Amino acid sequence: MKHEVKEAGASVVVAFEGDIDLQTSPAAREALLEAVGMGKPVVVDLAAVSYIDSSGVASLVEALQTAKKGGQDLTLAAVSDGAMRVLKLARLDAVFTIHDSVDDAV
Amino acid sequence: MSETPEPQETETSAPRNVIEVRDLVTHYGDRMILKGISMDVHADEIMVIMGGSGSGKSTLLRHLMALEHHTSGTMRILGQDIDELNNVELVDLRQKLGVAFQGGALFSSMTVGENVMLPLFEHTKLDRKTMEIMTRMKLQVVELGGFENLMPSELSGGMIKRAAFARAIVMDPKILFCDEPSAGLDPVVASQLDDLILLLRDALGMTVVVVTHELDSAFKIADRITVLDRGEILFIGTPDELRASDNQRIQNLLNRVAEDDTMDAETYLNRLTGDEPAYRPL
Ligand SMILES: Nc1ncnc2c1ncn2[C@@H]1O[C@H](COP(=O)(O)OP(=O)(O)OP(=O)(O)O)[C@@H](O)[C@H]1O
Ligand SMILES: [Mg+2]
Repeated sequence: MKHEVKEAGASVVVAFEGDIDLQTSPAAREALLEAVGMGKPVVVDLAAVSYIDSSGVASLVEALQTAKKGGQDLTLAAVSDGAMRVLKLARLDAVFTIHDSVDDAV
Repeated sequence: MSETPEPQETETSAPRNVIEVRDLVTHYGDRMILKGISMDVHADEIMVIMGGSGSGKSTLLRHLMALEHHTSGTMRILGQDIDELNNVELVDLRQKLGVAFQGGALFSSMTVGENVMLPLFEHTKLDRKTMEIMTRMKLQVVELGGFENLMPSELSGGMIKRAAFARAIVMDPKILFCDEPSAGLDPVVASQLDDLILLLRDALGMTVVVVTHELDSAFKIADRITVLDRGEILFIGTPDELRASDNQRIQNLLNRVAEDDTMDAETYLNRLTGDEPAYRPL
């Protein structure tokens, strides 16, 4: 897994690439919390994520909660079908704001 | 996980097999238990294993989970020949397999949440917070959201089974193994467990291998059914093919006809006199 952080408008975009799984989710978590720490709205770009397991989803949940506590937005963009199924099963599709693309989100 | 080749890349036949067993022979002590089993489990299917008591269902399941040594034959699990794996690779493989055992017990001294979280503690270095969220998500999936701080003694039998399922899937296994998940439950609760198994397969794309005695349950959830008879495969096929079979032993199973113990007189005599090998611990 790789990730890239860039600023787009008033937001910070964290774009992940590859698999977010038990091995890589600690790094994803760190990247997410760091982005939230920048104090701006955060958009998580999942377009290039082929697989996300529940440790990855848990990291998203923690980042969302941290953002909310700081009065910030954290939204998801370009969620794949597989990731969407994982979110739905845990009833998280209603918890996250999900955009079709990063352009829609920023 | 990402560096292990998926069976997809090594397996060319369709449908893709997550388990391939050829001529598997196993013993407990001198006693042959599985007598040359060949079977495949396809990706994303629910394979139900049936057969009489002592036919070798639980033994087969433990072999499919790479927990036991076999005498001969080959087994490929998630594309890997288990005879070629070293101990570290075996541990890695087993982490991709989820298990809800016969009995499905939780540790009574730990909360429900700690029980579900246990595999994460044992096998990962995830942050505690991540583990807690994963645990709550899986409890939500089995409809035990908010129950993480209760002790197992405060749950009903059906709830304990569901918590055991949450523990079995907490690591997102590729294959989930269940040995008689609904044993001892009332029919309504047992049927809810069937629904849960279907949900896990449909929503998470898990392959599920289930041992059950319950015909209703088998017909409801199975894509294919394997029938074991005294350590041998009597049948593998779809529920419809099973119903249509004119094999007398299969019909007996379907009609729940108790079978005579067909041990011949000589074997019985030898057993009484100690000349037929009794089984002993490994
Ligand atoms: N640990 C063991 N040591 C020795 N023999 C064993 C052991 N486990 C099982 N066996 C024997 O292997 C045979 C198959 O047992 P197994 O538990 O696989 O049957 P099963 O089909 O799961 O039966 P049940 O429906 O009663 O659970 C039986 O004859 C049993 O006595
Ligand atoms: Mg058994």
